[in-house]
Amino acid sequence: MPMTPHDYLRAQTRWHPLEIVFWLATLLPFVLFPSYLSLASQIAITALFALSLDLILGYAGIVSLGHAAFFGIGAYTAGIISKHGITDPLIGLVIAAALTAAIGFATSFMVSRFKHLALIMITLGFGFLVHELANAMHWLTGGADGLQGINIGKLFGVFEFDLWGQTAYIYSLVVLFILFLVVRRLTNSPFGLALRGIRENSVRMPAIGAPSAAHIRKVYTISAAIAGIAGALLAQTTSTVSLGVLDFQRSADVLVMLVLGGAGLMYGGLIGAIIFMVARDQFSGINPQFWYFWIGLLLVVVVMLLPNGILGGLSHLYRTVMGRRS
Amino acid sequence: MGPIIGVLFDGFAYGMLLFLLSVGLSVTLGMMNFVNLAHCAFAMLGGYVTITLVNTFGWPFLATLPMAFLAAALVSVIFERLLYRRLYRASELDQVLLTIGLAFMSIATAAYVFGTIHQSAPTPSFLRGSVQYFGINFGVYRLFLVAVALAVTLVLVLTLEYTRFGQQVRAAVDNQRMARGLGINVDATFAATFALGSGLAGLGGALAIEMVGLDPSFALIYLVYVLIVVSVGGLGSILGSFIAAVLIGVSDIAGKYYVPEIGSFLIYLVMIVLLMWRPSGLFGKR
Amino acid sequence: MTETALAPNASAATTPALATRNLNKRFGQLAVARDISITLPRGERYALIGPNGAGKTTLINLMTGMIKPDSGQILLGDTDITQLRPEQRVKRGLVRTFQINTLFPNLSALEAVTLSIFERNNEAGIWWKALPSYRNDADEAYEILKSLRLGDHAYRATRELAYGQQRLLEIAVALAAKPQVLLLDEPAAGVPPEESAELFSVIAELSKDISVLFIEHDMNVVFRFASRIIVMVGGAILLEGTPQEISTDPRVREVYLGGAHP
Repeated sequence: MPMTPHDYLRAQTRWHPLEIVFWLATLLPFVLFPSYLSLASQIAITALFALSLDLILGYAGIVSLGHAAFFGIGAYTAGIISKHGITDPLIGLVIAAALTAAIGFATSFMVSRFKHLALIMITLGFGFLVHELANAMHWLTGGADGLQGINIGKLFGVFEFDLWGQTAYIYSLVVLFILFLVVRRLTNSPFGLALRGIRENSVRMPAIGAPSAAHIRKVYTISAAIAGIAGALLAQTTSTVSLGVLDFQRSADVLVMLVLGGAGLMYGGLIGAIIFMVARDQFSGINPQFWYFWIGLLLVVVVMLLPNGILGGLSHLYRTVMGRRS
Repeated sequence: MGPIIGVLFDGFAYGMLLFLLSVGLSVTLGMMNFVNLAHCAFAMLGGYVTITLVNTFGWPFLATLPMAFLAAALVSVIFERLLYRRLYRASELDQVLLTIGLAFMSIATAAYVFGTIHQSAPTPSFLRGSVQYFGINFGVYRLFLVAVALAVTLVLVLTLEYTRFGQQVRAAVDNQRMARGLGINVDATFAATFALGSGLAGLGGALAIEMVGLDPSFALIYLVYVLIVVSVGGLGSILGSFIAAVLIGVSDIAGKYYVPEIGSFLIYLVMIVLLMWRPSGLFGKR
Repeated sequence: MTETALAPNASAATTPALATRNLNKRFGQLAVARDISITLPRGERYALIGPNGAGKTTLINLMTGMIKPDSGQILLGDTDITQLRPEQRVKRGLVRTFQINTLFPNLSALEAVTLSIFERNNEAGIWWKALPSYRNDADEAYEILKSLRLGDHAYRATRELAYGQQRLLEIAVALAAKPQVLLLDEPAAGVPPEESAELFSVIAELSKDISVLFIEHDMNVVFRFASRIIVMVGGAILLEGTPQEISTDPRVREVYLGGAHP
């Protein structure tokens, strides 16, 4: 008995039990690794950043090598406004999101116009430009010394961000989950379908009447806002912001995470972030150069042998389990 | 008056260095559209070859330059055979990921073998110091660099115009499909051009030590400048690379001299504006 | 320069569905479109034939806006669409299919057609409502697929479909955009003769509200379905006429040996 279209679409978008397991598992650190909660919140924040890149890279096919720019702008915004009296974390998040969304929207006009190398260069150049600007505007950002005088208030006026990291992790995790729900809904909406259309065949889209440029601008803006929120979370949970938030390395790392976990699969960035951050933490004793040797080797191996990422190598299994196509 | 000429000359010399580093990437990108972000790793290799030959084996500096060229060319041939040629038709993302991975690996290897210290330049004494013309000081090394770069440019232009190989390169850059249709072995032409371009990068890396120093991060830091030159100048254009390199070189040096607060921010802005005006670069094919 | 005569059964008072006037385009030295003036009356089925390289696909690219002409005009009904972007032309009812399958490999057939419907209804920008809530659009997509004999394959990924099925999907995606003028670029390209009959019966069943211009090499198909044939050679229109006129014209035989498959 053939399925009705409605049933089919519901099957595609239904929550899979493993997803519930995943999110329940994110509560485990409280019980199993209570001394690692700071790391856990860092992972949650990075996972959120990876999710934002997955939106544009995995779903719309935009290769951006400068996404850390939005992460950094969000971080500096949250830090700077806290110095000037806006210490409430939630308000800080909203302001950081608004500002990064505005900047993302402005830059989206360039991004939607270009393809291929020009696009890669523009995103790369934008990332470096923002880094240099932050360095040069040291009266605002503290320059190479980092932002001084950050003053993050208590969450809801009650919960303080302390060294134990409990507040930090709950806060980061909840924000991650909420934004994940938003992204999940977006990818399962008509807009999400249009984005996949752009990724699958950008030539066909105008031929069905799609305003591809407008679609790209929209998703880029949303992605920038999410990256900005991730950066703001970092500033608020650690009370530090340095130029490192704008490094090319950060843009490259999050790309590696998507490679690890598989792009366009929603959970790919999250899983990639977990693997990457845990591995880096475990190997942190090793020389940083060694770490990047193995990352480099990983990239080479994945590209030459596993076109869909490491977990993508099991992608058929993954998709069957998740019950949906890409 | 004096400082301006000096700054312009320094900028021009820096531009010549950038040209040597970039021209290979521009031509190979224009020909095969292969995004090779490991290009400056070859430059770094050339630099370390020179360092090793001078410091460990006592070679004279000038003799190491052809070796830097050859070493980089040779390694590039190996990479091309083993890895790159499988990805000519792959997505840009795959090419970016592969070549960034190779760049990471080479940086890590260089750091392991040579350490992360800033290498000192093994420049012979007759290339140090400065000379005076028309009351202005010109660094001898910079003059040397400019001379080498202009000689290379001349050789490149003559090769392109007057040799069969040059004709094949131009045809392949212009329209790959037609070139194949005309019986040109595009893959072989590309491999040769790739080796040549990487060799030039290696030469540039060796020459760069005196001007900007050498440490493992060279492969990524100068990649950015090279990519800017290539995208501004236009893919597949030697003239474009030359002009863009000079433009970027002068802008960077002049910017840092006259307005040090803004740092390198200017060249990124220049690049973005230029790319928006002409996405294929100044002299790129449309 | 060829003057186009209006088709016999179109009155002078009716605006043609699609018309081009003196369309010109060159790439460097190569003239790919030379002074092309074509008229497609409402409800008609016209065929565009000619040897490879004659510029037929280029003409479609010009009509749909993928290439900008050097000079000339394109009119959709009463409207001059020469300056419009491709997606704007689709919104006004000018839709094409591609000679080589230009589909979405990892989307299912249903998703592809539904996407086309979303874009048509300006719903594709909505990111806060879930797909299952769009019952009507999904049902419409399913009906289109069924009418093209693809109902049983609706939920399969496009890349898993057989070649002939993909050609049908090409048409399905185009039909979902509710075209007034449909430009079919070799709809049966690469499809074995047994299956192409089915494909063309689908095209024959298309509503008379849609005006169709199709590029085709198979003369049997052309003579069966087209009321008028336009012959292009070297970027220009050689002649046009009824199937009877074309099949007996010595110039056509000379230029284009009938029935040759690419």
